[in-house]
Amino acid sequence: MKPFTQAADVLDKELAVKIDGIISAHNGDATQLVGILLDVEAAVERHYIPESAAYYVAQKLGVKPTQVYDVISFYTALHDKPRAKFTLEVCNSAPCRVKDSDKLVETLKRLLNLEVGEVTYDGRFSIEKVPCFGACDVSPAVRVNGVVYGHLDSEERILDMLQQLN
Amino acid sequence: MSKKVCFITRNFGKYDPDSLKSYESIGGFTALRKALKMDGNEIADVLAANGVQGRGGAAYDMGKKWRQAREVKGEHKCVVCNADEGEPGTFKDRELLTNDPFQLLEGMIIAGWSVGADNGYIYMREEYSHLRPRLLSAIAQCEEAGYLGDNILNSGLNYRIHLYSGAGAYVCGEGSALSESIEGKAGRPRMKPPFIKQCGVFHLPTCVNNVESLSLVPPLLLDDEGYYKSQGTEDCPGTKMISVSGNVKNPGVFEVPFGITIREIVYDLAGGMENPEYPLRLVQLGGASGRICAPSQLDTPYTYKGMRQADLTAIGSGAVLVVDERTSVIGFLRMTQEFFSHESCGQCTPCREGNRHIAMLLDKIAAGEHTQKDVDTLKKFADIMSCASLCGLGETAQSALLSAMKRFPEVFAVKEEVAVR
Ligand SMILES: Cc1cc2nc3c(=O)[nH]c(=O)nc-3n(C[C@H](O)[C@H](O)[C@H](O)COP(=O)(O)O)c2cc1C
Ligand code: SF4
Ligand code: FES
Repeated sequence: MKPFTQAADVLDKELAVKIDGIISAHNGDATQLVGILLDVEAAVERHYIPESAAYYVAQKLGVKPTQVYDVISFYTALHDKPRAKFTLEVCNSAPCRVKDSDKLVETLKRLLNLEVGEVTYDGRFSIEKVPCFGACDVSPAVRVNGVVYGHLDSEERILDMLQQLN
Repeated sequence: MSKKVCFITRNFGKYDPDSLKSYESIGGFTALRKALKMDGNEIADVLAANGVQGRGGAAYDMGKKWRQAREVKGEHKCVVCNADEGEPGTFKDRELLTNDPFQLLEGMIIAGWSVGADNGYIYMREEYSHLRPRLLSAIAQCEEAGYLGDNILNSGLNYRIHLYSGAGAYVCGEGSALSESIEGKAGRPRMKPPFIKQCGVFHLPTCVNNVESLSLVPPLLLDDEGYYKSQGTEDCPGTKMISVSGNVKNPGVFEVPFGITIREIVYDLAGGMENPEYPLRLVQLGGASGRICAPSQLDTPYTYKGMRQADLTAIGSGAVLVVDERTSVIGFLRMTQEFFSHESCGQCTPCREGNRHIAMLLDKIAAGEHTQKDVDTLKKFADIMSCASLCGLGETAQSALLSAMKRFPEVFAVKEEVAVR
């Protein structure tokens, strides 16, 4: 069995260089752990933190891997499993719901032939429901890799949005 | 009374938010220069004299908070700008961060001077990460120009501002959870006491204020003619930023004088209901943790006292969510409940278990299969959560439910065939 002080996978060299850059952009400050992990996620195509990366960050910042995993598991915006290249985060809070975001979810499910939480075969798309991301004035809205697409109240607009993702 | 005003938002569109020079050209940092000639208590007095209450939700007297923060002893102290804006239906801080980042920084530096802090932290939600470059550049420009760093403008003030990111956790808007998060940890609320003002970020005395509260400080210090105080009502002067969302024609952020009625907000500012076929069902004020207002209460004045007297959330985060008849009351409560079930950090029993059980009971009521005992249990659990939870999340999660039980009792009435069973 592998010891707990060691990651199961091997860190990709390119990613290691990127992580070095991210950590120095945060001045090597261990208190910036949350922000650092967010940036690491953004640097990985499948938007998650591989185990090797989590251990590498822990070692570079001089914190325990348990702290890194406590943080990853606590915050909704951090993930330890591979995700889709484009996760369509549909706002599920009341201001969007009363503007019929349920219909938006149904349309996305039909267009992509996908259930909420599933990932398409090619790893490109998935649908997730998330709480309010502060775009309630353009509801119903979707957020994809940090970009907000609002007023998605017709199939035409939804298709338009999907087309923009590349 | 004019319905839309520009005081906190007076700089919107007037300067290039990426340029310090541009901010200076419209009088930026004159408030800081003025503040540095004042004593910290005098600044707190200006806030108190204008009756300013915190804009993050708890409506705490801001002058009093700064005075207390100043009095706490400590070699190092912190100021925190709460830019977590997690309350659903609230997006006014987004507008301030986007359109006027320098006014916020100026307010934070004045806060540092007034309370005697040497570090300021902006805790911004991950959802606004697109604004990070703008804020980081604004901070860097201020450092370059000597508004941040050592001996700021020869006043002897040493003060720096740091930007921290949240990662999608509503509970991190709570002061002690936010402190944990800034320390690089999971954002679980701490036991209190000690309170944040004595022991917050890095266990230092910490003064936490909302983005809007801090942004209000520079214009207020320069307001020699008393424009701010001339707005609003006698017992609640001033202006407030609100976020209007839901089934209205023109959702958005508005700065309004206190004392405007909820009806004026819905029908004048936001253009009324989006679809005339569907009249208004309810308005939720203050976000997901806010109480529900019935159509009969629309003429309530939007002031702390007026709202309290009407048994509504006293302003809260400034969110105004308008819901029409397409959504049922129970349907709406379930949406709100889903949010809290998702966001509870699970650390304490009343909130973790309470949310689960209330969700189940609401499902039962939605299906029309509930008994009177279920309704009583629902109320009991909600009451227990409100008084026994560890942090404000659990304490306020049931505001919508409890107010709906008062205002829409018919929704909870037991169906005859169930009552007979
Ligand atoms: C669960 C929870 C979430 C909160 N979220 C926020 C928030 O997103 N933004 C905010 O300014 N205040 C939030 N607050 C209120 C803060 O704890 C705090 O009272 C406020 O930031 C103080 O600033 P103010 O006095 O200027 O309002 C939240 C409180 C609780 C209990
Ligand atoms: S009240 Fe809820 S959010 Fe707050 S500490 Fe308890 S479980 Fe966590
Ligand atoms: S409620 Fe959907 S973005 Fe705010």
